[in-house]
Amino acid sequence: MKDLTPQEMLRIDLHPPKTPWMDIPVKIKPGVYCYPAKPEKLEIVGMPNPHKWSPLDDDWGLPEDWKEIVLQGMRERLDKHRSFKIFMDICVRCGACADKCHFFLGSGDPKNMPVVRAELIRSVYRGEFTRAGKILGRLAGGRKLTEDVLKEIWYYMFQCTECRRCSLFCPYGIDTAEVTIIGRELINLLGLNINWIQEPVANCYETGNHLGLLPHTFKQNVEFMCMDIEEFVGIKIDPPFNRKGAEILFVTPSGDVFADPGIYTLMGYLLLFEHLGLDYTWSTYACEGGNFGFFTSLEMAQRLNAKIYHEAKRLGVKWILGGECGHMWRVVHQYMATFNGPADFLEEPVSPITGTKFENAKATKMVHISEFTADLIKHNKLKLDKSRNDHLKVTFHDSCNPSRGMGLFEEPRYIIKNVCNNFYEMPENTIREQTFCCGSGAGLNAGENMEIRLRGGLPRANAVKYVHERFGVNMLACICAIDRAVLSASMSYWVPEVKVTGVSELVGNALIMEGENERSVDLRGEPIPGRGEEVSEDV
Amino acid sequence: MGLIVSLGAVLAIVVVAWIGGQVPGLQGLFGIVVPYVAFVTFLFGFMYKVVNWARSPVPFRIPTTGGQEVSLPWIKWSKLDNPSTTAGVVGRMALEILLFRSLFRNTRAEHRSGWLIYGPSKWLWLAALGFHYAFFTIAIRHLRLFTQPIPGLIEAIDKIDGMFQIGAPPIYLTDVVFILAVGFLFCRRLFLPKVRYISLPADYFPLFLLLAIGTTGILMRFFFRVDIVNVKALAMGLASFHPVVPEGIGAIFFIHITLVSSLFAYFPFSKLMHMGGVFMSPTRNLANNSRMKMHVNPWRTPPKFHTYEEYEEKYRDLMKDAGIPLERE
Repeated sequence: MKDLTPQEMLRIDLHPPKTPWMDIPVKIKPGVYCYPAKPEKLEIVGMPNPHKWSPLDDDWGLPEDWKEIVLQGMRERLDKHRSFKIFMDICVRCGACADKCHFFLGSGDPKNMPVVRAELIRSVYRGEFTRAGKILGRLAGGRKLTEDVLKEIWYYMFQCTECRRCSLFCPYGIDTAEVTIIGRELINLLGLNINWIQEPVANCYETGNHLGLLPHTFKQNVEFMCMDIEEFVGIKIDPPFNRKGAEILFVTPSGDVFADPGIYTLMGYLLLFEHLGLDYTWSTYACEGGNFGFFTSLEMAQRLNAKIYHEAKRLGVKWILGGECGHMWRVVHQYMATFNGPADFLEEPVSPITGTKFENAKATKMVHISEFTADLIKHNKLKLDKSRNDHLKVTFHDSCNPSRGMGLFEEPRYIIKNVCNNFYEMPENTIREQTFCCGSGAGLNAGENMEIRLRGGLPRANAVKYVHERFGVNMLACICAIDRAVLSASMSYWVPEVKVTGVSELVGNALIMEGENERSVDLRGEPIPGRGEEVSEDV
Repeated sequence: MGLIVSLGAVLAIVVVAWIGGQVPGLQGLFGIVVPYVAFVTFLFGFMYKVVNWARSPVPFRIPTTGGQEVSLPWIKWSKLDNPSTTAGVVGRMALEILLFRSLFRNTRAEHRSGWLIYGPSKWLWLAALGFHYAFFTIAIRHLRLFTQPIPGLIEAIDKIDGMFQIGAPPIYLTDVVFILAVGFLFCRRLFLPKVRYISLPADYFPLFLLLAIGTTGILMRFFFRVDIVNVKALAMGLASFHPVVPEGIGAIFFIHITLVSSLFAYFPFSKLMHMGGVFMSPTRNLANNSRMKMHVNPWRTPPKFHTYEEYEEKYRDLMKDAGIPLERE
């Protein structure tokens, strides 16, 4: 990436050029594109056409009949998804979605207007599938599928984070995420995935988690967290793994197991479960809630997701509790039962502590940690000292998927307000259902595409900057593992004074544990102002 | 380019109809055959399209949620923006179809000295709503030409529409709204750079067509008066399947009816099908209840995944050393 300063990065012109977009050939730029998938990572999961190639080369190593493969793929998907078929036909190009996309607002690239990104594929649909398009071509808005067109589609399908913000504003509910999902499926028919998605997919398939942590390493990592807890909180936790007969199976994105600041969120979970004496278990097999398969193809999403029910059945648990993650919850909420249900070997989830029935999860039998925790707080089941978070001025970032693919807004806010005294909302056009993507979702949190990530992260960061300057906000809370990883990078670039935390970390800091020490440091091992260390100096 | 081609196409229709309407032998073609063909094309084209969409299943429940989901009993649930019941979906769809709920949310984003500013942006919503309701009312009003006696409701709508009694015959409110709204939608395409960038011939063409239809309609009423009795005779003939072309209908009428026929015939093959599509959009017309209720994907195949048995087989020693319970030691 070119080292642009924020000021340079902010020179964004949202005015598109006069030349029609079809006449502007795609230029694949470093800092924007992601590296291609390694062949062996495709082979592990049996995906087609594994080969070495580079997006900067002319020759992408396409199979001889690549065009027929893609067109046949489109035909199949038009027959399988009413959404895709309708979205190809009814867009009126009103432009309501144009300035809703974080990538467009941050880059000014007119092909990142959601309407144009979808038109990249729609134009091929018209040119290759409709009679008018076949006869009139360009006049009917159609174009033929050529290698250049394919490259353009590839480039922009990996500049969409499937956040669905555009879909909220579309008068017909046209969902660019749906178009991108199918666009990426087509790309994957040719072995053209990006490695940042494909490697986690292969790892999740084999070892069960993104980084490919082996069973013992996964366990060790969690145990390291317990050692930190022992040091910072003064209590000893011995979490159960692969324990048959536990009441609840806990599944969280594996990012929480190895990546800062996700690990502190994980410490929050551990403290919460210990506090409750919860009868639960971790699994080293189903150790990934996140699902990069969802960014590859729906089939791959189903294959990776299948492990969760498979393990729940083997362990004989009653229901499943899920950690803080964005797209994981889109998959769990909108797809899981349809993918791999019915989960009739499980019971309808009931909180063992409060007796609350989670009616909204009675088919899928999986409950969100924020739903679970909010219910506990409402029933006064947690001993909390919210003053431990007094040095934090917190704002909350709604993750795209739980927002627009589920509707989880109040639970995390309720939790934050009960564990923190200082909570400030960002401007209303940037939160809840109108929330902006972190800029790096849907498998785009690689290193090589940092420029577009920071650009895509601008609308979110800009809103954080606003509450930072206005209210002194210094902590950005979220309920997504990708958010925790990438917002940290985005903040350090755009608003370096603001740190990122999971909601459960805030809970963990506020929880009064039995037998705990004076809690002079937080879960990060950093001294909590006004507590402990200053006191010991006085003594 | 799209602009000129679209304008040219509409002008061509006008010229052909203008000439055709004056050639005695061709009046039957333009007054009877073209409208019938257009209407049949519309009817069957529309049905074909909708049936064709319906033939593709909806494998997954993918509503775009615009508010708090149904959750714990003490959390306020946004029943219309995030419905989980059929009644809620009907409500959401009603808001969407009758009031353009999603478009009403529209905002405008701008960069201003380092800040991204979002302002309300309701003009598109207003013009879209104005256009659709005006067009709908105009269509209903026209039914007075196809009915005898004219139903009271149509008479009433006609009366209300002309209630300001400006001019003789009185100007219809809907005509004014129609021209203003279509004009606005056209100007957006022309002058807003982003909208111009995304506009295709298929976007300009229907706008020109609508403008031409509105203009010829108004011209007919106020300037090139046509014999309304004869027009009604023709319309009644079409409606009762005993078509006749009475003598002495002005050329402007043939232009008007040919333009309308073009719109009908073009409709099913164009973006205008959003009229049918909006009812069938899976991000709007499904309840957000997929964690509550099991939904079946008709083409589901069982997944091939790495089973626990394979996993344990592969990592047994590592697991054993780490003290992780095993199925088989």
